[in-house]
Amino acid sequence: MREQPNLNYIKELSGGDKAFEEKFMSIVKTEFPIEKEEYLSYLEKKDYKTTSEIVHKMKHKFSILGMQQGYKLAVEYEENLKKDSVTLQDNFLIVLQTIERYIKTF
Amino acid sequence: MKCIIIDDEAAARAIVVQLCSRIPYLEIVEEFSNAMDGIKFLNKQTVDVIFLDIHMPGFSGFDFVQTLKKPPKIVLITSDTKFAIDAYEYLSIVDYLVKPITEDRFRKSIEKVKDSLQKQATVEKEVQTDETQEELYINIDRRLIKLRLNEILLIKAEGDYIEVKLADKVYRVHNTLKKIKEKLPENIFLQIHRSYIINFTKIIDIEDNSVLIEKNVIPISRSNRPELMRRLNLL
Repeated sequence: MREQPNLNYIKELSGGDKAFEEKFMSIVKTEFPIEKEEYLSYLEKKDYKTTSEIVHKMKHKFSILGMQQGYKLAVEYEENLKKDSVTLQDNFLIVLQTIERYIKTF
Repeated sequence: MKCIIIDDEAAARAIVVQLCSRIPYLEIVEEFSNAMDGIKFLNKQTVDVIFLDIHMPGFSGFDFVQTLKKPPKIVLITSDTKFAIDAYEYLSIVDYLVKPITEDRFRKSIEKVKDSLQKQATVEKEVQTDETQEELYINIDRRLIKLRLNEILLIKAEGDYIEVKLADKVYRVHNTLKKIKEKLPENIFLQIHRSYIINFTKIIDIEDNSVLIEKNVIPISRSNRPELMRRLNLL
């Protein structure tokens, strides 16, 4: 079964502070689609250096959302992009789509 | 402790804000999504701690640290462990946190910052004390004359005046022995009579009721004698 995001880290961090949880979800809901669009745009332009920087930033969200496998994939993909290799782009896109679906449920 | 956060990721900044909110003495004064805005802010204001992301577009955290003339304590925050060794190149970098940050690890980091700030304050105080305790300004005819403390042999009370004796000079100052005593370091100067304070390091010899400093014979009062004897490194 494909890895699914969760809010365990955020709930632990919030210590029951619902206002923080809501604020944080709202930030992710705003920031993630922008990052995804940027990522796809630079990937299309074959600017792999900038793409790797965006992947670097995005991978933090993977770990925040408890996606350990997704995080490991992003680490490897980021390194590949620095060498102009896009071999993991399909798997990476699946992770992005999984998160995208998940944050729509907030 | 006043803090700022510099990270291009809003979610990462929100996490640090939340972690800081759990520690009452931490005050987030500002957040920045890029290093340049952080630099502009630090040109106008000082803070105690910066939570700094290393990996930012265009201007890395290390570039940022190098631009600061007098950097505050810095806690690096990053997704990469590979920069940890580089962090040790900078004295201002106190700790290195890997994302996602846990509360326990964050608290440890703040303890390190506190410890580092306390050590810095102690060193600065010692340096300041050393510098100020090396000299004394006396007011003579509206002129402030600087005397090096290690050149003073003794100070004698003369009515409303005191005489500050050096090897080659005597300064007569309108002041009291009590007031000058407060300005002198106790480890060097000692009052041995109601009219005399001596530079302890200049003693040549001591007889029953007097001390010899160069050619000056200074009486020792009965009440001050025990303290003088206590300070002597007697064989």
